[in-house]
Amino acid sequence: MNAETGSLRAGPDANGHFGPFGGRYVAETLMPLILELEQAYAAAKADPAFRAELDDLLKHYVGRPSPLYFAPRLTEEIRRVAAAQGRPECGAKIYLKRDELNHTGAHKINNCIGQILLARRMGKTRIIAETGAGQHGVATATVAARFGLPCTIYMGARDIERQAPNVFRMKLLGAEVKAVESGSRTLKDAMNEALRDWVTNVHDTFYIIGTAAGPHPYPELVRDFQTVIGREARAQILEHEGRLPDLLVASIGGGSNAIGLFHPFLDDRDVRIVGIEASGKGLDTHEHAASLAGGRAGVLHGNKTMLLQDEDGQITEAHSISAGLDYPGIGPEHAWLHAIGRVEYQSATDSEALEGFQLLCRTEGIIPALEPSHAIAAVARIAPTMGKDQIIIANLCGRGDKDIFTVAAALGVSI
Amino acid sequence: MSTDRLSTRFAACAAQGRAALVTFVTAGDPDLATSAGILAALPGAGADIIELGMPFTDPMADGPAIQRGNLRSLGAGTTLKALLAMVAEFRQTDAATPIVLMGYFNPILAFGPERFAQAARAAGIDGCIVVDLPPEEAGELVPALSAHGLHLVRLATPTTDAARLPAVLDGASGFLYYVAVAGITGANSAAAADIAAAVTRLKAATPLPIAVGFGVRTPEQAAAIAAHADAVVVGSAIVDAIGAAAEQRANDIPARVAVQVGALAAAVRDARKDHAA
Repeated sequence: MNAETGSLRAGPDANGHFGPFGGRYVAETLMPLILELEQAYAAAKADPAFRAELDDLLKHYVGRPSPLYFAPRLTEEIRRVAAAQGRPECGAKIYLKRDELNHTGAHKINNCIGQILLARRMGKTRIIAETGAGQHGVATATVAARFGLPCTIYMGARDIERQAPNVFRMKLLGAEVKAVESGSRTLKDAMNEALRDWVTNVHDTFYIIGTAAGPHPYPELVRDFQTVIGREARAQILEHEGRLPDLLVASIGGGSNAIGLFHPFLDDRDVRIVGIEASGKGLDTHEHAASLAGGRAGVLHGNKTMLLQDEDGQITEAHSISAGLDYPGIGPEHAWLHAIGRVEYQSATDSEALEGFQLLCRTEGIIPALEPSHAIAAVARIAPTMGKDQIIIANLCGRGDKDIFTVAAALGVSI
Repeated sequence: MSTDRLSTRFAACAAQGRAALVTFVTAGDPDLATSAGILAALPGAGADIIELGMPFTDPMADGPAIQRGNLRSLGAGTTLKALLAMVAEFRQTDAATPIVLMGYFNPILAFGPERFAQAARAAGIDGCIVVDLPPEEAGELVPALSAHGLHLVRLATPTTDAARLPAVLDGASGFLYYVAVAGITGANSAAAADIAAAVTRLKAATPLPIAVGFGVRTPEQAAAIAAHADAVVVGSAIVDAIGAAAEQRANDIPARVAVQVGALAAAVRDARKDHAA
């Protein structure tokens, strides 16, 4: 918190810390690079030409602003549930921030556009990235193609098996997809391997990190590029309703879509903010990805944050039906917002997410990704307890085409 | 406090007109009993300083050889507590060979920096290299290490330019570890001329001994570096050999490691003679 203004939006401090979290926990080889990136980002932020080029690409290439859509039949369904529970006066109005309508089908591209413009400013000629569900990999491969830079994507071998359509997309876009066989063969191992590539090729390579985590300045710059979601949503709800919402809801893996929606509202203390972690098969099992609910403070991938780990400080495997949430950590700003209590963190299980997925398909004709299906599940739980005059904005951060095979398998349908 | 094992050992090697050989093995690789045997065999085989890896699930700066070593060790159930007990046992028979722990910050943080420093000192550890703890973040560990007389060994790399070097040297102790290549352990090797130039540059900036590692696999490579540096670190080549022997279920792994280390030690001891001739 900024001591002078009392703002919760002033972080991180000069060393990249959000309270006790964040920082730069990297090998010495990377330190000069991290410091150079920090300077380059500060210069870019102050350059109106950088902002203008970013805004132009977001409008004409990504398709922003994304709509803020009032979901009438979902709202109606929630009110029916509330009435059935004996609360006919309840059932909040639900709006969806439609970031699944972006080019490439998710919010990830907001950040990739920003980072590749930064890479170009720094004279880097090669792009690398890690990916879990493949959405960030696709978004990175997309911008690399758009700017004509060679691109290597690291992806856990297990994720490659469960996200075949996105692997093919990345290849079509000209990226090299490298399967990571080490460790749990998922997102965390892909991030290890991308860091190993970066430390080996520091002279020409830019690492586009996909979530608001990693060493400073990544959590800050990824957040800044994603806050376009919250800035638009704030203006749009004022236009639709003439007031701010009562509740914001977003799903959280690393937490980039959530911080993007939340950050512009952090100082609006009347707006309740809820982040939804993936509790997989349940918080009482070891098969979940809820690092706030089930983790402890630790250091991994360049930052101090809340991590799933055993008592010896060894990182444990996360589990979620959603590959994009299947990560044992969380961005450091979320860890801080959790510690100070500004944002409330709840969770949704695999089966609740599947219900949320089907609910949105049925009521609104929108097939959501499994990641925001966790947010929809939470909306279905919270909205029936709120008044009819209250307003919710849920972040629909990705579309579900990539997940139909996973969902079919989970529902016992063969396609 | 006993005398400082690291400075004593560096002084002894310098007096013999040679570089020190630092051998890296992962503690508990392939299992604790074998690892204790390897540890006991290293000084006799010619290792002057032992760098002992603390296993971690996510060794971001390590190549495939040491990643596999970490997994073998964790698979066999190694914990930090067990590692320290193994070192304490080693100290029963060897009070002189310095042991420097090398690893990542999270297991230390989970153990607790103060409790870790106290237990490490009691076990007979001399210092630590914490790969993902640059000077900017070291404040959480330095006071505990200092209070217990443990060195925090810093790393300089090919990307450490003149502007960065003072930050690295501020608070460095024991020795300075020069990472010869920008990259991960066990991958590429640097050109001997580049290493010599870097050692000269670092020596002008610090009185600390300079150890050079990363990409040093053979006795020939070790000798080329030993001609200039105060110490040579060999790691992945030894860990690879341990892995291969473990795969064959060999029961003489410590003896095999001793033969390999003996060849490295002979090359390091002869390096400056060859150089002079």
